[in-house]
Amino acid sequence: MKRIYLDHNATTPVHPEVADQVCRCLREDFGNAGTLYSYGREAKKLVDDAREKVATLIGARKEEILFTSGGTESDNMAVRGVAYGNINKGRHILTSTIEHHAVLETCKALEKEGFEVAYLPVDEYGTIKVDELKNAIRSDTTLISIMHANNETGSIQPVSEIGRIAKEKGVTFHTDTVQTFGKIVINVDEMNIDLLSISAHKLHGPKGVGALYVRKGVKMKPVMFGGHQERKMRPGTHNVPGIAGLGKAVEIAASDMEEEGEKLLRVRERLWEGIKKNIPHIRLNGHPTVRLSNTLNISFEFVEGESLILSLDDHGICVASGSACTSDSLEPSHVLLAMGCVPEVAHGSLRFSFGRGNTEEEIDFVIQALPKVVGRMRSMSPLYREFLKKQKESA
Amino acid sequence: MYSEKVMDHFRNPRNMGEMENPDGVGKVGNPVCGDMMELYIKVENDVITDVKFMTFGCGAAIATSSMVTELVKGKTLDEALKISNATVAEALDGLPPVKMHCSVLAEDALKGAIEDYRKRKVESKV
Ligand SMILES: Cc1ncc(COP(=O)(O)O)c(C=O)c1O
Ligand code: FES
Repeated sequence: MKRIYLDHNATTPVHPEVADQVCRCLREDFGNAGTLYSYGREAKKLVDDAREKVATLIGARKEEILFTSGGTESDNMAVRGVAYGNINKGRHILTSTIEHHAVLETCKALEKEGFEVAYLPVDEYGTIKVDELKNAIRSDTTLISIMHANNETGSIQPVSEIGRIAKEKGVTFHTDTVQTFGKIVINVDEMNIDLLSISAHKLHGPKGVGALYVRKGVKMKPVMFGGHQERKMRPGTHNVPGIAGLGKAVEIAASDMEEEGEKLLRVRERLWEGIKKNIPHIRLNGHPTVRLSNTLNISFEFVEGESLILSLDDHGICVASGSACTSDSLEPSHVLLAMGCVPEVAHGSLRFSFGRGNTEEEIDFVIQALPKVVGRMRSMSPLYREFLKKQKESA
Repeated sequence: MYSEKVMDHFRNPRNMGEMENPDGVGKVGNPVCGDMMELYIKVENDVITDVKFMTFGCGAAIATSSMVTELVKGKTLDEALKISNATVAEALDGLPPVKMHCSVLAEDALKGAIEDYRKRKVESKV
């Protein structure tokens, strides 16, 4: 069976050129980038080249890029590091209810240590209200952490505005750009970003590698100890193959970012139009326009997401859901709930996220298969039967 | 993560659908994740002669609904009441731990339907 992968916000297939780069490193460039002889110098060059590429793509300076093990570590390091580094100014942190758990759980842990955290609400489209953010800033606020685009809905946050406000108020601003890096133009100076999290595997790069941009002069404390690497902020022997792979992935993304974005948008809109035409009782989750061009989150009323995923998998289609039944905690998506979705709507949500290589033929296949799948699940649903009865009665 | 048996019952649920004039109906909601199950029975001489279900829920919820209908068909009410969620899960070659609560839904729906039948019977005698 041909498989159709539409879960690129979870992870992406590694680009063949990236795979080649990683393999070459594993085979040939085994040196420790911290050593002085030829093997070490060669490894260091690979790390430096990757650093340069990452820095260039966001308009940063090479020395401001720290390599990490991925988005989760970058978020942890940023939030905790800045919180600890500014205790003399205060212990107040501003974030939002829709952040990735890497930020949310770090904040919760900090609350237990005596920090105060305000979780800003979002509107029905899953977008932060800038006014509320502005009003929430206090004299002891040391950090604002707001993601660039949400991984579940794709809604893009007003990061430039937030950056401007943060700068005005003298508060350090961190943004998780795991879903936007390499997809949307980012410039840390123009957008007044102080720290920014990156993950390679969302960008057709390898898993377990990422980066944290830290603006020169930002006060932060290390959260790991043991070596001099990455300006002592992130000690440990460099993951040279991973870092070189990230560099390659960045190079590829940078080469055709605009073109690729337009392609993804066409693919996404084709699916949305096809679904709208063929399936009643659905709703779009996320902002209708100010949204990542690769993300489409839809709720199908009266049905549950895990059963949709399993049925779609039988057709070779791979997607995600915000349903409680798909999470180990059995809680519906915190993002959809924060947007005001009732749990039933979160229940029936599916997230389609596209990437390099998805074709219109694939989308047409999904448009064919999806009504059958949703129809089958609705035929089993007592909620749908009740709805039909009510409809009949009122007619 | 699901056994082949779970997937089989999920793909081809047995006894799915509404029932005309059931003798007993069990309607339960799942306090854990918010799902719903309805089970309908027909009873003759204390024996469950027909059973149907409708479920809004995950793969395990659908598979356990389907399995419980298979297990109770032809059983006396007292026999049926002995069927626990563990029996249903076992008959499906097991469920992932996080999904055990879905099988509780099936057990509760069955018990609810039998209770409803017995209540109606008492009331019709009055
Ligand atoms: C917005 C966001 N932040 C952070 C992460 C975590 O990244 P990683 O998987 O590299 O740890 C993800 C990925 O799930 C994400 O979508
Ligand atoms: S019904 Fe929600 S997890 Fe099974």
